[in-house]
Amino acid sequence: MKVLYFAWLREKARVSEETVAPPKAVKTVGDLMRWLKGRGGGHAEAFADVSMVRCAVNQEHVPLDHPVKEGDEVAFFPPVTGG
Amino acid sequence: MIKVQAEDFDVGRELERLSYGNHAIGGVCCFIGIVRDLAGSKEIAAMTLEHYPQMTEKALAEIEAEARSRWPLEDVLIIHRYGRLEPGDRIVMVATASGHRQAAIESCHFLIDWLKTKAPFWKLEETPDGGEWVDARASDNKAAARWVKPKPVAKKPNAAE
Repeated sequence: MKVLYFAWLREKARVSEETVAPPKAVKTVGDLMRWLKGRGGGHAEAFADVSMVRCAVNQEHVPLDHPVKEGDEVAFFPPVTGG
Repeated sequence: MIKVQAEDFDVGRELERLSYGNHAIGGVCCFIGIVRDLAGSKEIAAMTLEHYPQMTEKALAEIEAEARSRWPLEDVLIIHRYGRLEPGDRIVMVATASGHRQAAIESCHFLIDWLKTKAPFWKLEETPDGGEWVDARASDNKAAARWVKPKPVAKKPNAAE
């Protein structure tokens, strides 16, 4: 599973892209986020305030209960500020 | 048409191209977003727009499709820049062309409001205190919420039927 980070989440996690193999118990984007946060360090900082994190699975905005599976591209980012 | 690019664009030329040769078009509406030199009370030397390249064009194309499903549009243009921009630089252009003004004006307004809360862009401002990520504004969400269609009300079963 490919995980991407953008804006201040990328800065806090200190990584822009990584490939991860979460355990089977990780079934949703929210599970993945909690698992990544549990790794501590920059990841714990990036996910400190879950209310500020938005996510996309395979380039579509999704809620935290959206399922994730092997081969997905999951992105975490703050609320968007384009335009 | 969607364009995501680092380079600036020529507004006159883009508008000309949008309606050229299509005589069904009776009105064109255009919004241009420009970098300001102030954020709150802080002076901004520049801002850097980061985006999610694999997702940006897809998200903008969905926004365009939504506008086309709501209004009778002859053409739509969205240009969004990324990279480092300075005050006075253009960030975004949205232009809509339709047979009549109402559809052109409303859909242009919809597109820029919708884009602000859906397109995966993030702004990092260069302030005297260092780089600061721009927070999403509640007012932007409110502006976009105006365009959310009410969910269709489930039809109550009618005993007479």
